[in-house]
Amino acid sequence: MEELVGAIVRGIGIGSTYALLAVGFVIIYRATEVINFAQPALMILGAYFTALFATRIGWPFPVAVLAAMLATAAVGALTERIALRPMVGQPPFSAAVVTVGVFIVLFVVANRLIGQDVLTVGDPWGLERMDLLGVSVFRVDVAKVVLSMAAIVGVSVFLKYARAGLAMRATSLDQETALAQGIDVGRMFGLAWSLSALLAGLAGMLIGTGAGGVDTTTALVALKALPVIILGGLDSIRGSVIAGLVIGTAESLTRAYAADVAPVLGANFDVVVPYAIMILVLMVRPYGLFGTPEVQRV
Amino acid sequence: MSVSRALRRGRPELYTDYAADQAIWNTPAKRASTAVIVLAAFAMPFLLQRDLLTLLTLVAVYAIGGIGLNLVSGYAGQVSLGHAFFLGLGAYTAAFLGGFGTGSVRGLELDMLVWLPVSGLVPAVVGFVVAPVAARVRGLYLAILTLGVLFVGEHVFKEARSFTGGAGVGRASAEPILFGVDLYERRTVLGFELDGTVNLYLLCLVALIVLAVLARNLARSRYGRAFSAVRDRDIAAEIMGVSLLRTKTLAFTVSSFYAGIAGALLSVVLGQVTPEKWNLLLSIDFLAVVLLGGVATITGPIIGAAFVVLLPRVVEGVAPYVPFVSQTIGGAGIVNVFQLQTMLFGALIIVFLIVEPRGLFGIWLRVRNYFKAWPFSY
Repeated sequence: MEELVGAIVRGIGIGSTYALLAVGFVIIYRATEVINFAQPALMILGAYFTALFATRIGWPFPVAVLAAMLATAAVGALTERIALRPMVGQPPFSAAVVTVGVFIVLFVVANRLIGQDVLTVGDPWGLERMDLLGVSVFRVDVAKVVLSMAAIVGVSVFLKYARAGLAMRATSLDQETALAQGIDVGRMFGLAWSLSALLAGLAGMLIGTGAGGVDTTTALVALKALPVIILGGLDSIRGSVIAGLVIGTAESLTRAYAADVAPVLGANFDVVVPYAIMILVLMVRPYGLFGTPEVQRV
Repeated sequence: MSVSRALRRGRPELYTDYAADQAIWNTPAKRASTAVIVLAAFAMPFLLQRDLLTLLTLVAVYAIGGIGLNLVSGYAGQVSLGHAFFLGLGAYTAAFLGGFGTGSVRGLELDMLVWLPVSGLVPAVVGFVVAPVAARVRGLYLAILTLGVLFVGEHVFKEARSFTGGAGVGRASAEPILFGVDLYERRTVLGFELDGTVNLYLLCLVALIVLAVLARNLARSRYGRAFSAVRDRDIAAEIMGVSLLRTKTLAFTVSSFYAGIAGALLSVVLGQVTPEKWNLLLSIDFLAVVLLGGVATITGPIIGAAFVVLLPRVVEGVAPYVPFVSQTIGGAGIVNVFQLQTMLFGALIIVFLIVEPRGLFGIWLRVRNYFKAWPFSY
């Protein structure tokens, strides 16, 4: 029982991080119809910046996290301006491949910055446990859930009520009409990338907390947000959150039980569980659980 | 209905029937240049050093895989990030059929005549099975679905130890024994001295030429036109009587066949194949071969393969003359050679997609058209 609860809590913790990354993908997809494959690199840069500000320079942790998020957002905005803005009007897939190129470049930069070390982000949670409704859980998992959900709610509120959020939603509905209403569409793209990178920066910090630490292979964790966005539907923030939690929990449960229950699946099957779930769901629902089917005219 | 030679002189694009218009080599210049390039390719073993020849072998292998990816992604518009999985499948099929069995892995030690075609057929069958699922989803959903296939496939490779050697270990590749003749043996044929490197190069070159001509023929047949129709507007294609399911299935099957052959040859060139080799980065390599070479062309992936394979080598050659690049990992300098290679690779993908989406083949077209229209600029 204890093991089950522990696995579920860990799953929800990691799942909310996936959700955070996935919402970043969704924001960019809704604005520009592009999947941003550079998100993993942005995430690891976020982790690097946090480690730089918090442990090397020694700023207080909350300040360091905010500064790292802003720094990542700046990288995101810059990327959009240099590499993605010229792709406006090109097929979405070409633009998506441009982000693959961006990923490669930023990943090398991150590798160069991090080097062979394993960075610690200097979080205050460590390996401490706390009591939650009578169950002992890691504080870091609770922190992951709380911070991720707060950030996602914050972004949703921004998109729903802020003037710039309204402009962003208008842009994603119809770029030309938005332009005709006096919205600077290019700036909205930049804003979408900044917001997305902001979330990626936070996610990078969360991935680096606890026992983990950040090295260069951590970036691959962010690729698990891809099945999450497909499962939830490319354009649904609600879908991302639900799918993130589902996939995080499924992964964590597999890690805890697969070796005993189904050894035939082999070692480390938890790594491919997100993709397996995604493939199964796509066979039934080609646009994910909450995605909007594409309306096509001939 | 042929026109007299005198009439055709100076009119290379005068066609009097559809067959001539649709021919692969529809102008004398194309015929001549293709012949020269093929002859030059066959002369390479006697002009180049061994290590460069191995690189050229890799170019041929990457070109085969790139042509396969171009059939499904370039011509038929079905984006696949799972290409590396099908290469791996071909490699392990080849290693199982043609490799030596040891205590840890199985091998049947069959002739290349068996393992080379079968290493294409097995991925083709898997592609045929996966295609109906892939045909249900479109665009970026498909890209990520195929990415999922790649990750699940990598897991299967790591677990199927008796075939693949398992994670981090891998196994030796198939033995290139064709008609009972070991290609690694050194021998003299018609006065030419042939050793393993040369034989392997010639083998890959012949495979490339055969498969490239086949692909070009497929692309200009009714099936190839169906591919393009599905890519350009799938609903319109369906209304015109093109079966989406059948067309997409054919594209995936043929593409997987090419990938399997490329994987089998690649494993032979590399000698040892680990399950980690067939990962996302290899898929991105092939994506780059197609995009940098030229989407929906056959010549394009060949140029692209040369570019992708030879670029690291060129960077290595130039690096000593660039001040801020260090030669070793952890050396002084802002970046090392390997980081520079990877960064250039990424940057080139970005630059090409922004500046010349038709790739290197597009640049060639521009050059050609300039001289064709010379002295007029339009």
